[in-house]
Amino acid sequence: MFKILEKRELAPSIKLFVIEAPLVAKKARPGQFVILRIKEGGERIPLTIADYDAQNGTVTIVFQEVGKTTRELGTLEAGDYIEDFVGPLGVPVEFPNHKKVLGIGGGLGIAPLYPKLKMLHQQGVEVVSIIGARTAELLILEEEIKAVSDRMYVCTDDGSKGRHGFVTVVLKELLEQGEKFDEIIIIGPPILMKIGSEITKPYGIPTMVSLNPIMVDGTGMCGGCRVTVDGEIKFACVDGPAFDGHKVDFDELIKRLATYKEEEKISLERFNEAHECKLINKIEGADKDAVK
Amino acid sequence: MPLNRSKKKTPMPTQKPEVRRRNFNEVALGYSEEEAVSEAQRCLQCKKPGCVEGCPVQVQIPQFIKRIAERDFEGAIKIIKETNSLPAICGRVCPQEAQCEKNCVLGKVGEPVAIGRLERFAADWERTKGIRPPVIPKKLGKKVAIIGSGPAGLTCAGDLAKLGYDVTIFEALHKPGGVLVYGIPEFRLPKIIVEQEVKFIQQLGVEIKTNMVMGKVLTIDDLFEMGYEAVFISTGAGLPKFMGIPGENYLGVYSANEFLTRINLMKAYSFPNTDTPIKVGKKVAVIGGGNVAMDAARSALRMGADEVHIVYRRSEEEMPARKEEFENAKEESIIFDFLTNPVRIIGNENGWVKGIECIRMELGEPDASGRRRPVPITGSEFIMDVDTVVIAIGTGPNPLLTKTTEGLELTKHGYIAVDEEGRTSREGVWAGGDIVTGSATVILAMGAGKKAARSIHEYLQNKKWR
Repeated sequence: MFKILEKRELAPSIKLFVIEAPLVAKKARPGQFVILRIKEGGERIPLTIADYDAQNGTVTIVFQEVGKTTRELGTLEAGDYIEDFVGPLGVPVEFPNHKKVLGIGGGLGIAPLYPKLKMLHQQGVEVVSIIGARTAELLILEEEIKAVSDRMYVCTDDGSKGRHGFVTVVLKELLEQGEKFDEIIIIGPPILMKIGSEITKPYGIPTMVSLNPIMVDGTGMCGGCRVTVDGEIKFACVDGPAFDGHKVDFDELIKRLATYKEEEKISLERFNEAHECKLINKIEGADKDAVK
Repeated sequence: MPLNRSKKKTPMPTQKPEVRRRNFNEVALGYSEEEAVSEAQRCLQCKKPGCVEGCPVQVQIPQFIKRIAERDFEGAIKIIKETNSLPAICGRVCPQEAQCEKNCVLGKVGEPVAIGRLERFAADWERTKGIRPPVIPKKLGKKVAIIGSGPAGLTCAGDLAKLGYDVTIFEALHKPGGVLVYGIPEFRLPKIIVEQEVKFIQQLGVEIKTNMVMGKVLTIDDLFEMGYEAVFISTGAGLPKFMGIPGENYLGVYSANEFLTRINLMKAYSFPNTDTPIKVGKKVAVIGGGNVAMDAARSALRMGADEVHIVYRRSEEEMPARKEEFENAKEESIIFDFLTNPVRIIGNENGWVKGIECIRMELGEPDASGRRRPVPITGSEFIMDVDTVVIAIGTGPNPLLTKTTEGLELTKHGYIAVDEEGRTSREGVWAGGDIVTGSATVILAMGAGKKAARSIHEYLQNKKWR
């Protein structure tokens, strides 16, 4: 059992948990992820490690409530426990001789971007960042990213904060202005990583993306997370999740992510119904208490 | 002289094929006391029993069968458990026909004694009576770590705990049992039985830590630093093989590992009461001819498929699956396409599987495995319409642990190299089971666990490595 020490709402439907997991915290490195299962009968879902503290024995995860499992996770509070929490999984990222790096985070992708930029910043690398979300309300970890960046750009799709438009618009501008980077990291929805990688390709700048395919065990056993990279089958859980964005078959990834679309809908609807019933019971129960 | 001179085994009651093909309940129902006693009375009680020689863990077979014949069921299970900590599992999934029963003298003139069924009977009898907790031996104050809680790890742990060692098993998944829980389906090995056998090992004092992906959360060096004096690696061969043909990443193509893990470990058959889904279409093709292929095909049927094919490139004769599983699958209406090899998977515009292009094969000269090599027949390509494909052509060694362990010698195929006692190239480290042999059987893994336990005991007694 793994205790939730802290819960923060970063944006509507985006939550941050600090989990007590000393062994995972001790070995965690930027780029790695965990798999968690809330309770018996639950799904195993992969989540990127957004931060870790070996000394305090904690691991931070950030998730968006999109399906049944993440919604259920969001109902847990500090002091509650998660049944299973496995990690650190995947290959840590390394930037041995970099001098200047551009980090791009879209939506929830800002969370996994953070530990990478933090490490680069600590290594003394010049960090430029572009973060974006649909609206100002949905923009997460702005302060944290700013603290590890030498320069930061903020974009929103609706113009409610920073630049009006996608993060890729700023990316294009910087490259067109001739700014040079040793590497560009792009993390976000697959379509953003795809378009971003297409933009950087003609400039020949190494581009790292972090993939989020469907996984079960996370140890290379099932092969459900396979992705095509440079024409070869790779398992994101053990060969990644970071890959060369210029070589990933994003179209295939996007298709595979939709495998269980219908089942996910059924699962979520059932949860919502049950959850609403629970809330109603709670309210009715409270009323009864009031009558007493 | 035996009291029962029947040339045939006492038949095993089973669920009828037309019923069982749509449920996940156990297929074989087990002997009644009368059936067991009657079958036990067929045993000739050979002075030099060949059956024991054929058993990788040397169960004292004639002795336990004698007890059953005498209706001393408690005595029977006690004898079995002296050498085998997992009898309810072995009685169900061991390939007895290739081991103990193969050597039975009765087999020369008729059918051998149904040793497996009798072992299962004794174990099940004990379970219904309530398993007596074992006597916990005096502790030696020495710690041993075991990586992986499949049959090899559980056996090694049980044997060492009986000797008084403090044993910890580190399991990567959330549930102990390894292939027994993620791989072998409920209808062949009910999970409650695995749970009970695991509980017995725990009652011996073995601690099982789940959610521990070794090589990631802890390395073997960490274990030595933590005070473990010996390590047994039994991580299994968990890396699924794909065929390397076009279209393998279409939606609806699964490795057998994923297909079975979703169904068995994650209980996808209960979706949406459990959260992990699986999509099994109407027409399924399972590629491969081993026990895993049989398990996947029969599971697909139980998940509601109308038509399930097993596509195998050699002929029935070369098929590695147990005969019993093959027979069961046939009875359940699985269709076998022998001498057929997929060359390409075809998808629709949304990326879902809609068919496989196959080619017919014929048998040529024997290859390295001694079996006749299948050779494609030019121009015999055809398309099989299917909406789900399960690839069950075997597994390779998972490098997660071996990659992070320095000084551990591997074979050229990536398996761990060991000597006849299971010792690796690193002092204090043993390995056994599928991570050494490649995909094999439950009982062979158990045999390796047993051998390693003996060797570990010897080493910890006098601390002499070789």
